[in-house]
Amino acid sequence: MEQSWKAAKSLFAAVLGPPLFWLVAFFVIPLAIVWVYSFGQNQGLVGISFTGTFSNYARAIEPLYLNIFAKSAWIAAITTALCLVVGFPVALAITFAPTRTKAWLLLLVMLPFWTNLLIRTYALMAVLRTEGYINKSLEWLWNGVGGLAPLVGLARLGDFQPLELLHNNFAVVLGLVYVHLPFMVLPLYSALDRLDRSLLEASLDLGAGHLRTLFLVVVPMALPGIASGVLITFIPALGAYLTPDLLGGPDSQMIANVIERQFKRANDWPFGAAMSFVLMYFTFIAIAIQAVLSRKPRGAR
Amino acid sequence: MNTNGRLGGMSRRSLLTAVGAAAIGVSFTACGQEKPAAGPTGGEEPKLNFYNWDTYIGDTTLADFKKAAGIDVNMSLFATNDELFAKLKAGNPGFDVIVPANEFVTRMSQADLLQPLDHAKIPNKKNIDPAFLNPDYDPGRKFSMPYTWLVTGIGYRKSKVKGVPDSWKWLFDSDMYKGKIALVSDSADLIRIAAKYKGHSLNNIPPELVTEIEAMLIKQKPYVKAFHDDNGQDMLVARDVDLVMESNGDIAQVMRDDPDLAFVVPKEGSLLNSDTLCIPKGAPRPDNAHKFINYLLDAKVGAGISKTILYPTPNAAARALMPDSYKDNPVIFPAADAMAKCEYGAFEGAETASLYEQVVTRVRAA
Repeated sequence: MEQSWKAAKSLFAAVLGPPLFWLVAFFVIPLAIVWVYSFGQNQGLVGISFTGTFSNYARAIEPLYLNIFAKSAWIAAITTALCLVVGFPVALAITFAPTRTKAWLLLLVMLPFWTNLLIRTYALMAVLRTEGYINKSLEWLWNGVGGLAPLVGLARLGDFQPLELLHNNFAVVLGLVYVHLPFMVLPLYSALDRLDRSLLEASLDLGAGHLRTLFLVVVPMALPGIASGVLITFIPALGAYLTPDLLGGPDSQMIANVIERQFKRANDWPFGAAMSFVLMYFTFIAIAIQAVLSRKPRGAR
Repeated sequence: MNTNGRLGGMSRRSLLTAVGAAAIGVSFTACGQEKPAAGPTGGEEPKLNFYNWDTYIGDTTLADFKKAAGIDVNMSLFATNDELFAKLKAGNPGFDVIVPANEFVTRMSQADLLQPLDHAKIPNKKNIDPAFLNPDYDPGRKFSMPYTWLVTGIGYRKSKVKGVPDSWKWLFDSDMYKGKIALVSDSADLIRIAAKYKGHSLNNIPPELVTEIEAMLIKQKPYVKAFHDDNGQDMLVARDVDLVMESNGDIAQVMRDDPDLAFVVPKEGSLLNSDTLCIPKGAPRPDNAHKFINYLLDAKVGAGISKTILYPTPNAAARALMPDSYKDNPVIFPAADAMAKCEYGAFEGAETASLYEQVVTRVRAA
């Protein structure tokens, strides 16, 4: 029994009102202000004049900044791919776990959200730095093996050289994967969990191996879940700011870091606003691609 | 140039107010902008919002002030002058006392963000070393009272560095310590100090020299471990790097716990800064703010702060109360010959700041 919203207008308004107010007051209006800035010019130190100029956008698509956009997209893509590779087996394992265990496993996936991102990032720094936990453990092992080597007639090992794990692009990708993995696992899980198990049994009965079943049956059916997982991993990774700032090295700047510096050091809000919107247009493109991807399987059915 | 600041367009603040009010139709009272309520302290409620740098106040200073004046100080922290400026330019969110550096005193006063100080309410001004009373960045101390001064130099780990690295060369123009160097991320400071290394003043750097500096930084980048946001001393302590561009006070703080660390002002000269106490426009409790500034400039209170933060103090009376280990500390007060070549960086306008930022963006993207 479907009820038209027209039948209960006041109820409809009461339910819709608060979220709509929230969305307009705290999302649409601030965003509109930033959008207007992006067509303005600095006037002195505090003022902006709205000249309707496109010069900020012209600057934002200069090769220098386009390259930074491309580099950010590349890092976000690597992050997303790694999250998918790591997250898919995890999601699959949770799907096939007993119901009681399932809840605990899902809790474990969500547990990192209980800690602030900044604290998690600093914790990662403590693990990765030159005298961090990884290098300390390796050094201990190295010295242990080195101490044994002469006993079995081998030459002594040289001094331990700590691995360069922090302040480079490796650390940035690692940090981004670490932070975004739950965003990938959860949509994958919800897609895989709804999967019709009898189709898997059919595939196996009809002679397909486990791997063939995985790639020819599970993956195509989970495609909408994969697409939304990819999307909600890729978009925040593309705009990552904290991770490259804290874990990155001298050439790890991503577009969000450049935007941040326009609003602070360079004091060029119009240009920063233009870059934010260019970033947002890229995001829209990604969403459009996702929409196309998730429609396809339905059409095929 | 300061006069045309607000003429051309609508200011951001008025825009925000106009759009906000028009669209929402309801006016909210921003959390900081409470009306001063009647209280025991001259009509203002006994509270104060203090916006300060991290590790930049004495251990008991705020509690002592509450005992002395009955005013509760709520301190929040900022990490860079840019952060401070960005927060205040959209309208003072309720801060009463802020601690901008010299260059930003000029910038904020030009942007009409500071309230002139009432010197009659700050009798402890007499404690300040006369050399600090009429600086170029704030003639006549109209808007600011000096809190500390600082000089940027090289903090280093003695056991990992050959001799004393007394030249910027080791940071800017050499692969000797590759992967063990951290430079500041602040574009203006970086380019100014590079200009010093090139033998130029750090003000009015000609465009050719900026181009040359950019090429030098791009060439040096593979040897640089990181651009740090004023936390270079932490990277030095954690042994992530062995040489770091930092201010003397920050290195003096960590040298207390790690005797293997040292600090030098390079022979080419360097950048001087002075952090100051100011009252931003729209401060809800200007009376308390004056009281607080006056309190911080007291000789004994100033000495207590210096004991904790180990930054050089411009407060002559406070310095006189300090032990020799502070007064004769070559990190806190570097030798006169090294200091002779140091200069303050002047605020050279928004275009220059934007230009330097572009240079650093190119360097980091290269």
